[in-house]
Amino acid sequence: MFTFAVGSALSIASILLAVIVLAALLIWVERRMLSFWQERLGPNRVGWFGIMQVVADMIKIFTKEDWVPPFADRLTFVLAPAIIMIVVLMSFAVIPFTPEVGVIDSNVGVLFVLAMASLGAYSVMLGGLSSNNKYALLGSLRAAAQMVSYEVFMGISLLGVVVLAGSFNLREIVETQADGWYIVPQFIGFLIFLIAGVAESHRLPFDIPEAEQEICAGYHTEYSGMKFGMFFVGEYLGLVLVSSLITALFFGGWLGPAFLPPIVWFSLKAGFFILFFILMRAALPRPRYDQLMSYGWLFLLPLSLLNLLVTGAVVLATM
Amino acid sequence: MFKLIKDTLLSQTVTLWGVFRKLFVKADTVQYPDEQPYMFPRWRGRIILSRDPDGEERCVACNLCAVACPVDCIALQKAETEDGRWYPEFFRINFSRCIMCGFCEEACPTNAIQLTPDFEMAEYVRQDMVWEKEDLLIDGVGKYHDYNFYRVAGKRVAGKDKGEALNEAEPVDVRSLLP
Repeated sequence: MFTFAVGSALSIASILLAVIVLAALLIWVERRMLSFWQERLGPNRVGWFGIMQVVADMIKIFTKEDWVPPFADRLTFVLAPAIIMIVVLMSFAVIPFTPEVGVIDSNVGVLFVLAMASLGAYSVMLGGLSSNNKYALLGSLRAAAQMVSYEVFMGISLLGVVVLAGSFNLREIVETQADGWYIVPQFIGFLIFLIAGVAESHRLPFDIPEAEQEICAGYHTEYSGMKFGMFFVGEYLGLVLVSSLITALFFGGWLGPAFLPPIVWFSLKAGFFILFFILMRAALPRPRYDQLMSYGWLFLLPLSLLNLLVTGAVVLATM
Repeated sequence: MFKLIKDTLLSQTVTLWGVFRKLFVKADTVQYPDEQPYMFPRWRGRIILSRDPDGEERCVACNLCAVACPVDCIALQKAETEDGRWYPEFFRINFSRCIMCGFCEEACPTNAIQLTPDFEMAEYVRQDMVWEKEDLLIDGVGKYHDYNFYRVAGKRVAGKDKGEALNEAEPVDVRSLLP
């Protein structure tokens, strides 16, 4: 029971702990990296290089008044932030960290992740709707439309990988990449999934549902204290999830030269994408809402279909 | 189609690279309380009243600074010494109103009121933001080292008659016909 194996208690506990600690730590990492990219210093006072800023932030957010607005729909309002945390943490169940570390070895791993991502949309929608506030409603409206348009080609872009690997199982997908990462044959699929992943986790430049400058915080306008914190950590968890997915699907997961253990390879690759997402936040402006929609439906969806078509044809021809 | 790719992917990649390079650029900010930023000599900060090279107050209580002040934060009262020099009986600046615009410095005919690069003026009590003449007056000459108003101005004071100032011609005797 206390050995690392897929589904062992030690494995599950360490994944849960590592992922949540990492998500909290990312708050500091993001602020620090953003400030470096903006020629500032960032939070560097609390602890070594400011790393205890996370603890300070957590103390602040835990001791804040847990307030529910009198005009809000109480049950849904409380439920919404929990959904996003649960759903994203559930998605980590199928992520293959190393051959030994993982929660389940599901043969529909890719579908499971996509299903959980779709459920995550409920959190954002219900959060905005139950707040009974026009900005929150606008935010959830945007979130709903963004989810609808992005989940379609998010799924389709992954199908190219699934066709090549011949499996929906994320572990098998990683193992089939032993003789070549899927980034090479599936480069377009990778680009599309990258964009869809950013949109999925509401990160800049696609943080249209919560656009602070336009609709003041979108769906979590009315949230404060730990309920806001759950949305916040949920977003960072989503960031870690998308980075892990990209690593597993396109960059060979734990595979790498043997001088480093598999978990280090996986963390390095995922960390690279986490930093890349932060860089995107530092560099790119938010597109207009209709631009995002038309870009998704008119450009990325046909492109992902074309990618799937070509991949399928090539696989058929070489079989 | 090509234009769309150029406008989205290519332009975004260029932006990403440009921002990424900032990682290796020294930060523009300094860690303020530990590390003092360089303050430019012409920075408009805390207001002082300077003295002339002889150690006398430069202010002649002309009230031009109070008139120029857009927020009316300067209050002063004129008084006169026995030798005919004007000076402020009190000179009061309410720094809770002052916007550090520097108009008083520009209006001052005697270079008495000057703005300095000091900006650390926070107080816990609002009343402490009101500075009296004793607080404002410094012992030095400020930015103008040799300037002494009564030595260059034509104003007659005890010990200096008309025409005795620096670079000043003798007053014309309008009753004489001699050239």
